[in-house]
Amino acid sequence: MSEAETKIKIRNLYKVFGSNPKRAMKHVHGGLTKAELLEKHKHVLGLKDITLDIKARELQVIMGLSGSGKSTLIRHFNRLIEPTEGSIEIDGDDVMAYGEKRLRDLRRFKMSMVFQRFGLLPHRTVQENVSYGLEIQGVDQDEASKRAAHWIDRVGLSGFEANYPVQLSGGMQQRVGLARALATDAEILLMDEAFSALDPLIRTDMQSILLELQEELHKTIVFITHDLDEALRIGDNIAILRDGELVQSGDGQDIVLHPADDYIADFTKEINRAKVVRLRAIAQPISGEAPTGEPMPDSTVLEVALQKLTEAEGHILPVSNKAGQVTGQVHLADAVAALQSPHA
Amino acid sequence: MEFLTEFPEMGRRDLSQLRQGIDEGFKTFSRTYGEQLEAFFSPLLKFMVWFEKLLLAAPWPIIILIIGALAWAGSRSWKVTTGGVLAFLAIGYFGMWEDTMATLAIISVATILCIALGIPIGIMMARSDRMQALITPILDVMQTIPSFVYLIPVVMLLGIGKVPGLIAVCIYAIPPIVRLTNLGIRLVDREVLEAAEAFGASHRQKLFGVQIPLALPNIFAGVNQTIMMALSMVVIASMIGVKGLGVPVLRAISNQYLALGLMNGLAIVALAIIFDRVSQSYGKRLQSYRESGHE
Ligand SMILES: Nc1ncnc2c1ncn2[C@@H]1O[C@H](COP(=O)(O)OP(=O)(O)OP(=O)(O)O)[C@@H](O)[C@H]1O
Ligand SMILES: [Mg+2]
Repeated sequence: MSEAETKIKIRNLYKVFGSNPKRAMKHVHGGLTKAELLEKHKHVLGLKDITLDIKARELQVIMGLSGSGKSTLIRHFNRLIEPTEGSIEIDGDDVMAYGEKRLRDLRRFKMSMVFQRFGLLPHRTVQENVSYGLEIQGVDQDEASKRAAHWIDRVGLSGFEANYPVQLSGGMQQRVGLARALATDAEILLMDEAFSALDPLIRTDMQSILLELQEELHKTIVFITHDLDEALRIGDNIAILRDGELVQSGDGQDIVLHPADDYIADFTKEINRAKVVRLRAIAQPISGEAPTGEPMPDSTVLEVALQKLTEAEGHILPVSNKAGQVTGQVHLADAVAALQSPHA
Repeated sequence: MEFLTEFPEMGRRDLSQLRQGIDEGFKTFSRTYGEQLEAFFSPLLKFMVWFEKLLLAAPWPIIILIIGALAWAGSRSWKVTTGGVLAFLAIGYFGMWEDTMATLAIISVATILCIALGIPIGIMMARSDRMQALITPILDVMQTIPSFVYLIPVVMLLGIGKVPGLIAVCIYAIPPIVRLTNLGIRLVDREVLEAAEAFGASHRQKLFGVQIPLALPNIFAGVNQTIMMALSMVVIASMIGVKGLGVPVLRAISNQYLALGLMNGLAIVALAIIFDRVSQSYGKRLQSYRESGHE
């Protein structure tokens, strides 16, 4: 993957909830943990020293258990929540320096958001909900409804334009939420557990819709979930939060193969590694003579590779990169070893 | 022992001096500012006089027609509409048409005034907890203090007539609309509001595009209660010179005219029921989007 430019740059971000966050910050810098701060000073440490780069046109997943600070973090990007300390840059612009007007423009034109409980306007029809962002932008009515109609169609809701949100199922309501967010043409899409309230089947459905759209739209997406399967399926990069701290950040392979600590290892334990781990994560440099046989692309998942390796001569095959060049080799034994979780 | 059985009151002379002092102060105030106040309220008076004249001058069939149309527009129910029209026909037949028009005039003006003042006050209250803490006790006092008590300063200031009557009605009738506007706005789903904010809605856009529309059913319940309370003030308002159905009721009390009192009382009840049914079913229709249809 080529070096992509950074879209959202977070540096040393802290958030303390309570009556006097500034004073509580002294204790945080003094080394108090989240639990101690709550116990002794009745302040909640929402985020602690978060530093994170989110790449343009990629899908960044933020993961963590309930209460780990995911929602708090994502709401800093459009300043629905103000940080106690730290800096937020978007496209190299210091967002914290924005006045009310520029901040509003940021929310209107550059970022849009999809919510866990949909956040639809109950008194507006599907059509009116999808055009809401455009209306706020000041787009005239005709143009707004034309664009809304396009996105309603894209999320597969044609024919429901005149319905009110309560008349739709959860999955359909979230499609409205997605269409509303896409309609504003914002470059950045913030999704806070957007699919968590949906049934498993509908959820997979929505993931597919999102991936399909992303393939052609190439937005910068920040996607929150507490489900590792979901994270691995859609995320280019995954950042993991625990008690307000960033404990690991990397691509799915990294997280699964090299969990930074027990907390993350716990997360990854239940995962079907054969479906997640790809050859590029385990390929070895070619030592001696290159193995014969047809090279496997390095994006092949273990599940597929295992079968081929079993059939291959000497249980070894070359691995090639995107361009088709052979870059390494993989042995059946390596593949089998990678199937085991580190703590099994 | 005497200390316990006799309450240690302030001296009788001091007390009467205190009361006189307050009375004098207020009289001076009303002498100096009375005229300015009257001038301030004169547009309101003119409007009320004009509206009452309009109602009285209009041919009765037209009024009946308008009432039927309004009842239909509000309730979309044949029962309520026919009931309303029949009630007005009966009122006219029993000789209460003019008084009813006068009452209708003051109730309408009072309601408009209460809406015009009450909704903005309610919005302010919803926006700041401090405002709410400040205004809530005032509303409590306005609703619980016996109306005769605040009639005194109003009459001292403005004398007897339509305007003081209107003010008395409004003092009593405005609290529900203020309260319910405040409540309605505060009850708007946080997540919906957050969504509006995330899309860059300004304060105005949030207020008029999200908060007020979603609070509308509550606001409307407030309007309904305000109308009811204004109607219940009709008799008291007539004591300070407001024309209408209250006047014959007062006359009936002092002369022991049972039938007269009963008829006019029933006319007030009829008005109340019509207003209530129409505005309630209108309020219900305002939230029809909350019901899931088929699907
Ligand atoms: N307004 C607030 N006041 C006080 N504490 C808060 C506030 N908002 C969040 N918190 C606390 O900050 C921490 C992080 O909350 P946050 O909502 O970001 O978690 P989350 O990871 O999104 O959890 P979930 O998966 O349940 O949505 C929690 O301990 C929470 O109690
Ligand atoms: Mg959350």
